[in-house]
Amino acid sequence: MSVELLNFIETVLNGLMSGIMYSLVALGFVLIFKASGVFNFAQGVFALFAALTLVGFQTGQVPFSHLINELFGTKLHHWYPEIHSFLAIIFTIITMIVLAWIIERLVLKHLVNQEPIILFMATIGLAFVLEGIGDLMWGSDVKVLDVGIPSGGSEWLENATIGLAAEGSEYYGMYIDVLNVWATVIAVILVTALALFSQYTKTGRALRAVADDHQAALSVGISLRTIWVFVWAMSGFIAMVAGIMWGTESGVQFSLSLIALKALPVLILGGFTSIPGAIIGGLLIGVGEKLAEIYIGGLFDIGAIENWFAYFMALVFLLFRPQGLFGEKIIERV
Amino acid sequence: MRLKKLLLGLLGSVIAIGSFLEIASADLKFPMLVYRTGAYAPNGIPNADGFVDYYRMINARDGGIGGEKIVFPECETGYKTQVGVECYEKHKEGAMVFQPMSTGITYQLIPKATADGVTIYSTGYGRTSAKNGKVFKWIFNAPATYWDGASIAIRHILKQNLGNIKNKKIALVYHNSAYGKEPIRTLETLAKKHGYKLMLLPVDHPGQEQKATWLKIRKSRPNYILMWGWGVMNSVAVKSAASIKFPMENFIGIWWSGSENDVLPAGQGAHGYKALTFNAPGTDYQVHKDIKKYVHDKGNASGDGSHFGTVLYNRGLFQAMVQVEAARVAQKMHGTSKITAAMYRDGMENVNLDAARMEQLGFKNFSPPFKNTCENHGGSGLAAVQQWDAKAKKWNMITEYMYGDSDVVDKLIAEDSAKYAKEQKIALRCN
Repeated sequence: MSVELLNFIETVLNGLMSGIMYSLVALGFVLIFKASGVFNFAQGVFALFAALTLVGFQTGQVPFSHLINELFGTKLHHWYPEIHSFLAIIFTIITMIVLAWIIERLVLKHLVNQEPIILFMATIGLAFVLEGIGDLMWGSDVKVLDVGIPSGGSEWLENATIGLAAEGSEYYGMYIDVLNVWATVIAVILVTALALFSQYTKTGRALRAVADDHQAALSVGISLRTIWVFVWAMSGFIAMVAGIMWGTESGVQFSLSLIALKALPVLILGGFTSIPGAIIGGLLIGVGEKLAEIYIGGLFDIGAIENWFAYFMALVFLLFRPQGLFGEKIIERV
Repeated sequence: MRLKKLLLGLLGSVIAIGSFLEIASADLKFPMLVYRTGAYAPNGIPNADGFVDYYRMINARDGGIGGEKIVFPECETGYKTQVGVECYEKHKEGAMVFQPMSTGITYQLIPKATADGVTIYSTGYGRTSAKNGKVFKWIFNAPATYWDGASIAIRHILKQNLGNIKNKKIALVYHNSAYGKEPIRTLETLAKKHGYKLMLLPVDHPGQEQKATWLKIRKSRPNYILMWGWGVMNSVAVKSAASIKFPMENFIGIWWSGSENDVLPAGQGAHGYKALTFNAPGTDYQVHKDIKKYVHDKGNASGDGSHFGTVLYNRGLFQAMVQVEAARVAQKMHGTSKITAAMYRDGMENVNLDAARMEQLGFKNFSPPFKNTCENHGGSGLAAVQQWDAKAKKWNMITEYMYGDSDVVDKLIAEDSAKYAKEQKIALRCN
């Protein structure tokens, strides 16, 4: 095979892997939008908050220690040396469930039947409040996140592909980050679990009923508020998975909340109401932006086009299919 | 109801009188443009803590500067240029000096501060050609500029290659902003001089996702990588370099890409990564002992004191020390402790931090000596290379402080500042 073709395949593969990372963020948006019609602007901050909480539990950091020390002159920092990542993940899941319950109690309950734009504005407020609380709880330092997921280039793939190029050509084998492979496996498990859950469980069916028609779901005795807590908790769980993947790559820092920006073009492309759409949208955006950066950027000798190119792709797509690839077509009867 | 109003009125009066007294008794206002929130907060916080602890130490130990207390109101910029300009407008009245802590903000403030008569001190960042004091009367960027940094990095590479880097590939991975683009001109000129091939690889804010950049690097196999990054971009880049097994000793960051935050997330993979610096890390200096005694032990540390001695905290100490020293020089020059913004500028232009003075100030061997003059607002231009030891989790200085390529840098500064002077119709000074 020619080196150019191998490089092209490598770019596509890496684009797919990046796309999965975007999909992980987009999934959280879709779940909430599907069940409550709310575009949760705070989804990126959810991922940040979950990752901060996970590291906090892992390292035994006392929450709000800076604030407590400032107010009472104490010197609290850690209450235990370190705990196993699995336990820390369990505690983080519990925290995200509690957070979902608090959000339902303090925000959503009071905004039932309000215009979608009001709910959207509420989530913007929520994003800033949660970011501030995260800062107060765990501090703004860069935190190292290690839950045991391997990362770094795959030597196996490199060695397996190095011989594919013609003899004598300058080729070093194909590169894929093992962390991204794990992200793919986890995304597949997540999507399968979500599909099985919504298809075969009572709560899952209730969730689908709420997504289809709030009023009809209420009329058959489904508690809207319970479903909302459930969905926001699930979305918090997905945010935690995204936070783990992104945080392992860059360390947990406040810029993590900006990964939400990577999910927006994915949602436009895949549709706001489709779980497979979030996955396919992510893959398309991932591949598209990587190919654009390397090949279109290379052609005109320009760089850093991948960020805006993703939005360009989404915009073009909007013109032809406003509801996204798998989104529900909006039909308004007059 | 009446009692409530009375109490509120009383409270308001107490606050107003308190604020008035605070301003009236404090004559030296050093506003701080900080970013303790947002994507760049992990870097902004230790740096700001360094400033605050130093000012508090000077107020506590010396009773201020020449008897005048320092006030240092903070204004949160979030590293956003527009917000930084608003902060400047809010605090410029009575201010001695502004440290914008962002090249983007510095560029915006240069014409404003020049018109308002307020000193801007962009320590090792900002507009490089502001080094030319003949043109930029109110702007200072000592002790070294980005163009010094670029040429020092190339000098380090030259030394490693016995002076010959012809046909070597050098990549610049840079933050796609005014800051990141600053060294390009120098590196292009140096490429012509030394015959290396320069690859330019911009990374968009914030730099969380850089896969395409590192695929390009892996494919084109540069011999060296230089980095002008900030925030999460640095840690992702270091981790990505380790991931593609790029030899870390050939990866060199500018002094804003060389803090603990940039290397710790990459773990052992960051071992051997290099960065330039013009100040030492650690706590083995008199200034740290004084801060501990007069600030931390009294429970007045900025934040929780956990950044004490880190690279960016120490840089904050250095920046604050130069600003305080400029006020002292101004007081001496003008024979009054109650200096004005114009007098302060004179002080900054006559700062002379030789080795003896550094030692007196508690900064012995902390940073290379430098002095400002009417012509030179950029200091010595000296920087050293430090290398990360991932096992010991500390930076080690591996070279002496060295100069950049003044033949190239001085010429570029003269050209760029002359162009600016022509555009802005500025008459040259220092004749």
